[in-house]
Amino acid sequence: MAKVVAEKLATKHKEVSVAEFFERNRHLLGFDNKRKALLTVVKEAVDNAIDACEEAKTMPEVKVDIIEMSEDRFRVIVEDNGPGIVKKQIPNIFAKLLYGSKFHTMKQSRGQQGIGISAAVLYSQLTTGRPAKIVSKISKTHEAHYYELHIDTRTNKPEIVKEEAIKWKKDRGTKIELDIEASYQKGDQSVDSYIRSTAIVNPHVTIVYTNPKAEQFVMARVADNLPREAKAIKPHPYGVELGILLKMVRNSDSRSAQSFLTNEFSRVGPGTAKEILFKSGIKPATKPRDLALPHVEAMMKAIKDTKIIAPPTDCIVPIGRELLERGLKKEVNAEFYSSVSRSPQVYRGIPFVVEAGIAYGGEQPADKSAKLLRFANRVPLLFQQSSGASFKSVVQTNWRSYGMNQSGGSLPQGPITIVVHLASVWPPFTSEAKEALAHYPEIIKEMKLALQEAGRQVGIYVNKQKRAKQEQERVNIFENYIPEVAASLSRITGKNKEGIVKNMRTMLKKSKEFIEANKKTLKGETDE
Amino acid sequence: MSNKTSRAIKDLGDELVKKIEKKKQPQIIVPVRALSNVIYNKKTKALELGNKKSERQFFNVAHAKKFLQTLEIAAISKELMQETKHASLRDVFYMAKRTIPNTNTNVVDEQSESDKAIEDLELITGGSREQLHVNANKNGSVAGKVTIVDKGDTIQWDKMGSGGWSIPSNVEEIKFKKIQAKYVLYMEKAAVWERLHEDKFWEKHKCIIMSSQGQTTRGIRRLLQRLSTEHKLPIYVLADFDPYGVYIYSVIKYGSINLAHMSGKMSIPSVRFLGITADDIIKYDLKKHFIKLKDIDIARLKQIGNYEWFKDNKPWQRQFKMMKQFGAKAEIQALSSRGISFISEKYLPEKIKKNEVID
Repeated sequence: MAKVVAEKLATKHKEVSVAEFFERNRHLLGFDNKRKALLTVVKEAVDNAIDACEEAKTMPEVKVDIIEMSEDRFRVIVEDNGPGIVKKQIPNIFAKLLYGSKFHTMKQSRGQQGIGISAAVLYSQLTTGRPAKIVSKISKTHEAHYYELHIDTRTNKPEIVKEEAIKWKKDRGTKIELDIEASYQKGDQSVDSYIRSTAIVNPHVTIVYTNPKAEQFVMARVADNLPREAKAIKPHPYGVELGILLKMVRNSDSRSAQSFLTNEFSRVGPGTAKEILFKSGIKPATKPRDLALPHVEAMMKAIKDTKIIAPPTDCIVPIGRELLERGLKKEVNAEFYSSVSRSPQVYRGIPFVVEAGIAYGGEQPADKSAKLLRFANRVPLLFQQSSGASFKSVVQTNWRSYGMNQSGGSLPQGPITIVVHLASVWPPFTSEAKEALAHYPEIIKEMKLALQEAGRQVGIYVNKQKRAKQEQERVNIFENYIPEVAASLSRITGKNKEGIVKNMRTMLKKSKEFIEANKKTLKGETDE
Repeated sequence: MSNKTSRAIKDLGDELVKKIEKKKQPQIIVPVRALSNVIYNKKTKALELGNKKSERQFFNVAHAKKFLQTLEIAAISKELMQETKHASLRDVFYMAKRTIPNTNTNVVDEQSESDKAIEDLELITGGSREQLHVNANKNGSVAGKVTIVDKGDTIQWDKMGSGGWSIPSNVEEIKFKKIQAKYVLYMEKAAVWERLHEDKFWEKHKCIIMSSQGQTTRGIRRLLQRLSTEHKLPIYVLADFDPYGVYIYSVIKYGSINLAHMSGKMSIPSVRFLGITADDIIKYDLKKHFIKLKDIDIARLKQIGNYEWFKDNKPWQRQFKMMKQFGAKAEIQALSSRGISFISEKYLPEKIKKNEVID
């Protein structure tokens, strides 16, 4: 008897293993190629390390070592002084994909989906077959736990290769060691550059980094305190889309539409809830589960027509103007720094803060494009620069008025490093790999305002420099011309050349003093 | 004469040194040489320099280099006088050109800069370029039944072979011994001169033919003026039908804007323009050899039409109007389309006979 087509097809359906999932989606997870893989592994481990320390209110000290084992095999070791991980959690955190605490809250954090570190473990396992080696200790009095872990690629469950209690001289903290197939390069999208960028926007973190060339960089902290802890918030009505609202309605435990709105959203009090429901023609006592699609649609529309206070912004922790500048100063060798931290704004009901910093001059090349460092929640974004909102806002800013060269549609040219940082409970990335920020007009507008503010300060400095240079050139012209003029005059009149030179130099000195005096008053004016 | 010029240069230097000793801004005062400071004298029919002066100060970034250039040229000129040697404009340029120590600037970068400094020096000292012991490059030929004496040599302009006599930049010392010519024909193009010389035009028509390539040099202008004033020969100009050709005529007749201070010695109010005119183009059917006017030609045409000495000149305004209507210019050589010797056998004799000229 011939099988029905559907039955035939059914035999082909089988569970997709995490390994297969990974293989298919490695580009989304940041493992497109060997070079990027190294960076992604370091990045995930370092993000986790800093987040863990901050949660435990410890000033983070992160040690990163990359050792070249063979041409395309590297060992990555990342160690922190964080709170450590309780024994039974260790396998799940490192060897189970999509296991995490961050996905479910509206709170500013480095990682988001909890896919990071376990993906790195899986990548290590798939490319070298070696288990991830973890050491973690939660206090001086506890013993350290050592694990060697694999991920069971069929079931997405941790497979413990080895586990033992060991002695670790550290009081507490976590260390992860992964062997991966990778390649190391210097340059803009390198691990070196990522670590340095991280140090700029995390001035409270000390990083000790040893690269595969055995060069060690110690990036000491310049901030004395941890950033304020980010608070979790409920969603704001302006930020929800129909699908999410529908889901929220279905899953709600609230007993009425009225309490649904007041309980599950931020900034919605009884009055506002009543207004929304009145506008959408829903009785306040209606059970959320009884709301059908048309009702939810009406509610959506009513939300848009109702004035609701912007979401609380204490859930965002910006770096701060001063600290950002300090961070830049310690990692970029320049002559002049300026930084800006804007006040919180909202896109789609999600609060965010934009910060910008500029380092000008020094050893930076004047004939190349500006270096743009993009960050989201203190994490460097290294890829897909030109497709992100940060790039767009830099390009749309007129740098010529700040003394830089710029041709249409491109980065300014000059000896500058530009930092653009977005802090938000939910930074809108264009993809899962978290490489670029989406083009929300509200965000681009804020970025441009921040860049203009920082740019203006640089412009003032650059123009002052230019003026000083011109003054110097003026003096130089006269100084160099004097002997020539004196020689000609001597030939015409027969008078002694040196005498003429001397007299002319005296005149120039007076004019130099005049310039110098004016420079001081000039400086006094602009400094105020 | 040279003594006076030499003293003027020394006076300039002494005055500057005195100022420097007193710690006062050293400055050189030079009359402005631009259209804004050029006056057309209707009586003498020549351009004159007005009274506008400009100050050239050393302690002024915009002036310092020109200040230096002027003094450098003054020193060179003074030394030439002392050594009783003459240098060409090009020589002077190279004598002045050197890099100022500690900079990447040259005292002069182009000959135009030293040329301008020499012109300024003429104004400052009141002496001519030749009195400063600077000569222009020789640039021009002449032929005709004329005998002259130049530095003791007797020269016959009708016995100089195919190249003719080349006109020196200083013609002051030349003595005319014998002139058998009824008029002088000056032309813009050396090639046309060669054509007429080969056809022995000057012999057949008892005239002098003269040319230089492009803008007329001072030596030629002075020579033309002497032939006009000392020997009363009528002078005709043959130039292209374009704004540039008109300006060549204008310079010979009225003087140039740049050298308005020299126009007393150079301008020849009796000069007439023979061709090419708009009427010639129609009469001799030269339209097919038109060259389209460029934007720059049109702008120049407008500018020339507005010069005071052309503004109320109806025949010329008519020519300008027609040139604009044609939207085109034509070269003298366009006449060759009617036959290689058309110009010498037909065009010129007819034009001169009928006196078809523009004043």
